[in-house]
Amino acid sequence: MTLGLVNANPCVQAKKERIARTEDPPHSVSDEDAVDPLDIYDFVRDIRDPEHPYSLEQLSVLSEESITVDEKLRRILITFTPTIQHCSMATVIGLCLRVKLMRCFPPHFKVDIYVSPGSHANEESVNKQLNDKERVAAALENPNLRQLVDECLYSNEL
Amino acid sequence: MANLSSWNPHVETFVDSSRPSNQQDASLDVITALVKNDTLMIEELVREMEMYLTTSDNVLRARGILLLAELLTRLISKPLDNATIHSLIGFFTSRLADWQALRGALIGCLALVRRKSNVGMVLGSDARMLAKSYLQNLQVQSLAQHDRKLCFELLACLLDHYPDAMVTLGDDLVYGTCEAIDEEKDPRCLTLTFHLVEVLARLFPDPSGPIASYAGDLFDILGRYFPIYFTHPKNDELDIKRDDLSMALMHAFSSTPFFEPFAIPLLLEKLSSSLLLAKLDSLKYLSNCVLHFGADRMAKHAEVIWSSLKDAIFTSSQDPLSSLASELLEDVRSQENEVAKEALICLQRLMFQLDNSSGNMFISLIIENEDLETIFRSVISDKSYKDISAENKQKLHAIGSILSVSAKVSSACCNRVLQKNFPRLMDVLGISSRPSMDCSSNGNDVLPKRLNIGALYLCVELLTACRDLAVSSEEVSLQSPSRKDTWFVLLQNFSAPLAGAFGSILATTKSLDAEQADVYCAVKGLQLLAMFPGSFMPLSKTIYENVLMIFVSIVTGRFEEKFLWKLTLKALKKIGTSIGKFHESEKGTSYVNIVIENIVSLLSRDYCDVFLTLKLEAICDIGTAGLHFMLKVVRGLEEAISANFVEASVEGNLKSTEILVLLLESYSSRVLPWFEKHGDFEGVAMRFALKIFDQLDNSLTFNIGNNGQVLLDATMKAMRLAVGGCMQENQGLIVQRAYNILSLRTFSSLKESKLLSSVKLEGSELTHELISLSCRDEWLISLFAAVLTALRPQTPLPEVRVIVKFFMIFVLVKGHVPAAQALGSIINKWNIKANTTEVSSSCSFEEALDAILEMGPRNVLDNGPLRKCDGVYASMDIPCNLCAIVGSNSLVQTHAIVGLAWIGKGLVMRGHEKVKEITKLLLKCLLLSRKTDTVSLQKDTLEDNDGQDTHPLFARSAADAFHVLLSDSEVCLNKKFHATIRPLYKQHFFSSMMPIMLSLIKESDSAFTRAMLYRAFGHIISETPLSVLVTAAKKIIPSLLNGIAMLSLDVVNKDLTYSLLLVLSGILMDENGKEAILENANTIIAHLIGLVSYPHMMLVRETAIQCLVAMSGLPHVTIYPMRPQVLQALSKALDDPKRPVRQEAARCRQAWASTASRSLHF
Repeated sequence: MTLGLVNANPCVQAKKERIARTEDPPHSVSDEDAVDPLDIYDFVRDIRDPEHPYSLEQLSVLSEESITVDEKLRRILITFTPTIQHCSMATVIGLCLRVKLMRCFPPHFKVDIYVSPGSHANEESVNKQLNDKERVAAALENPNLRQLVDECLYSNEL
Repeated sequence: MANLSSWNPHVETFVDSSRPSNQQDASLDVITALVKNDTLMIEELVREMEMYLTTSDNVLRARGILLLAELLTRLISKPLDNATIHSLIGFFTSRLADWQALRGALIGCLALVRRKSNVGMVLGSDARMLAKSYLQNLQVQSLAQHDRKLCFELLACLLDHYPDAMVTLGDDLVYGTCEAIDEEKDPRCLTLTFHLVEVLARLFPDPSGPIASYAGDLFDILGRYFPIYFTHPKNDELDIKRDDLSMALMHAFSSTPFFEPFAIPLLLEKLSSSLLLAKLDSLKYLSNCVLHFGADRMAKHAEVIWSSLKDAIFTSSQDPLSSLASELLEDVRSQENEVAKEALICLQRLMFQLDNSSGNMFISLIIENEDLETIFRSVISDKSYKDISAENKQKLHAIGSILSVSAKVSSACCNRVLQKNFPRLMDVLGISSRPSMDCSSNGNDVLPKRLNIGALYLCVELLTACRDLAVSSEEVSLQSPSRKDTWFVLLQNFSAPLAGAFGSILATTKSLDAEQADVYCAVKGLQLLAMFPGSFMPLSKTIYENVLMIFVSIVTGRFEEKFLWKLTLKALKKIGTSIGKFHESEKGTSYVNIVIENIVSLLSRDYCDVFLTLKLEAICDIGTAGLHFMLKVVRGLEEAISANFVEASVEGNLKSTEILVLLLESYSSRVLPWFEKHGDFEGVAMRFALKIFDQLDNSLTFNIGNNGQVLLDATMKAMRLAVGGCMQENQGLIVQRAYNILSLRTFSSLKESKLLSSVKLEGSELTHELISLSCRDEWLISLFAAVLTALRPQTPLPEVRVIVKFFMIFVLVKGHVPAAQALGSIINKWNIKANTTEVSSSCSFEEALDAILEMGPRNVLDNGPLRKCDGVYASMDIPCNLCAIVGSNSLVQTHAIVGLAWIGKGLVMRGHEKVKEITKLLLKCLLLSRKTDTVSLQKDTLEDNDGQDTHPLFARSAADAFHVLLSDSEVCLNKKFHATIRPLYKQHFFSSMMPIMLSLIKESDSAFTRAMLYRAFGHIISETPLSVLVTAAKKIIPSLLNGIAMLSLDVVNKDLTYSLLLVLSGILMDENGKEAILENANTIIAHLIGLVSYPHMMLVRETAIQCLVAMSGLPHVTIYPMRPQVLQALSKALDDPKRPVRQEAARCRQAWASTASRSLHF
């Protein structure tokens, strides 16, 4: 890993208050709650940034609007915005997102993860790396990387 | 006298410090007991212990002294003679110098000083010696925490109990105390030291005394603690909260006026800090100091305090609309600003203090303040609420509250505030004074299109202040303002046109989303004007009535404007309440004539159903303003009820039925509870109950449409509540009346058909007779049953024998639940003792019970599919043919079980042992199917399919009877309806039933029977308190799991499945249930996995997953083998249609995955 912080002084936003879902009537007509962006956002908002004790939400890396779901085609698309252009952590953040979704959603969802256009210097290569399942699998074989990801996902430091 | 050898070993045990502490405690207990019953005298003990008390071995001496001290602590209520106490206190006083054995000496002193005078207390001179020795010998701050605490306790105790002796110590005492408390840091000790300062200061009020001279030093020690910064975690063993400490310090601060030169500057300095806590504390302390330091001392700080308070109020005020809203709508908005509130309280106290003495200097400060003047101008410059900036809104609120607080203080203040501001406000509003004219709001006055909202708001605030002043003068006749005061003259001059202006605002805001602020102010303003107490009423009678008219017209007409409507209703209610508070008969009459009459007439006018609920709400709300009003309202309601009752029952008018249901609902949910709280319940309830019966009695034709059942339920509910609240005499009257009608009408018609005589009759005919009871009869019976369920145990019943028999038949034939409940109630409340001596017209408890059991059981059992009609029913004069006839109806068995269930409930609640017979019977019914399954198949295949069909139903209802037996009912047999409830009856029932149930389940061979047994078992378990279940967890868990598995197969049982799952999760979460869970861990997990995909109920799936999370906390070895299955099941649950399940599943999956490594691969 790099010595020193990549972005030493990130801009921290306040945590948004959790919006309690408007309680749908217990016997609503449709018996199914479709997966929606808020669902996914609730799972990923608290992932810790790899180098700061703040959540992705606090660092504005993610927002509810940056997530789209297609329930019919079973696709999830997440675009995230690294805090700075040259963020070498972008791939780690993307990997965290992927692992988290892998664990929280059934396998038949296809997950696409991109950095938002123009937010990263190596946008194309990062995108390619994140959506290549061979490379993801290889990354997860790496014990160091794996530990880092797990720390981000299950840290209580926030 | 006990001989030496009997207690000396105990002394040795205690003194020997190498012994374990529980042995020492035990020996101390023994010695205490000996001394307490005078077998051992204290003198003797001391003499024998001499060696321990005086030895030069420090440890031994310390223990010896401690023994004596602890002994005295335990003997605090044992009388001792003065000589003993004198010598003991002398001993301990001298021991204070002995630092190696200090603990015992302190405890001993404390025990002696704490003694009350009736058991012999320490003399004043001894106390003085003790204090002297204390001051000479103790270096408190060099001691450990516990000893310090004891020292402070001792000193506080001395000061509290021997103030006279302590005063003589003078300077030494104050100096010594300062030394002792200096630099104290432990919170436990600090509360004591703060208290010490407080007491000490009270001891020396003399301006030339020691406190006056040491005030600076003393405050120097105290002041360092302010503001208290205390960050201990909440749940620690100290049990001291920040608030306690802060409170103690506050009392110390304000304990003597000599602190004034030091305290006030400190508080003002901290007030200007940015720390919210410091601000709040300073304000609180300041308010308290103002009270205690006295006007003279405060006067010189007035100016500085005022400017600090002003800043605090202006910087922390909120939006005025929200404050108004929360006040009017009783909206719980927790944003209320503490700082501003405290600051205003402080301001008010200060003004009260200074008002009497220093010639209104303070009010001039406020009135002549230039800042306020500028702000005043700026806030009334904007016209509409929307245009005002947020900053100005804050200012508006702040200035409003400052003005209103200062006007409230006294008549003189009010004069000055109003003189300065009121005419200006009127000017801005365009209102000119017309004292002589009785202006009304009939549209004569042309008002500017839009009134200035800032001015309106301030105007309302000033009105509030004036009213408060007037009200306070009614309550305390001290310094009362008179009608000649300027403020009142001003108010009187302007009130009429002001009322007109408010009225026209309300009249003109037609649109639904009119400016809410305007509406608030107008309603509040009118309400305030109407709420002035009698002698200070600025409005003339006509205008007052006009105001009421305006409100009434809104409440009766403008239902669509919800906001306005609600506000107005509240206002009207408040006006009504204030009339009651000040006993104003004249206003009361106007109120009744205008408000109550009009509102009540809403009911008799043509019903506009859309708003009926609103109307009812209005009526009940207004009624709550006072007993007098409520009585009128009730009259109106009663009339409406009876009119509609006739409509509904005679004409069969469906609409009336609906209206009646609503009427009855608000009667039972609003009116009756109100009377219960405020008295006069009896009369109202009696009248209601009797009226209903009268109407049933009088109406000859009685047909109610299909909605009848709903109406009947509502009527029964109201009836139960009405009767339940009455005293027994009145209940007796109601019962008698109802019974008379019933026996006249229904029984006679039944008797005609010879039901109750033992004449043989064709079966079909009789059954027909019973079933075709007229609608009215059914009503009568249901209502009579409702009355019976609500009776008090002492209320006498007429003709119990007949009633019981009659209800029994009714239950059997029709499965009439209210009748069954009534039976249960009768049985439950039966006064066994009283009835044994009574005449034979009524029967004894045993007899009745036997009759019931005789009748019920035989029916149930003998009317099974194999019944042969040859029973002998001689014990009670029930015609045997009745049972035969009844039995031919296949439904009757189920009916009988319903009846049995309720009777059983009555029995089980009073803890009567006959309940065993009922449960036995129910179980027999459950098991009956096993025997008959095979036989009936062979026998009845051709002719009697009826019996077979009803059988599952029959067994099921027997199983469900257990639910009735144990569950709490809203309708009857509860506290409200005076049931006899034996404590822990559920536990009792559970422990007596469980072995039987478990063995039956084990023995049962047919799947159906087992399913039914599990059902019954489930009902029992889910109603038993969890703590009982946890202790029996080992035995019940296997059956519980099988039960869940069995029940989850059928959709019908989903609620029961859920409640059983809740039981399981309850055991899982309980610390004591762990062991049983561990034993069955794998089975439990397997069952839970099955429930994760339970299709019928989301809650079951969710709870099952939550249980799995809890299971993941069990030891690794136990659960690891199950891990793959669990993860597999959960990965399916991730795709659950319901969101909460998916979320729980993700959480659970994580929990289980991490039991091995953090990998999800398996």
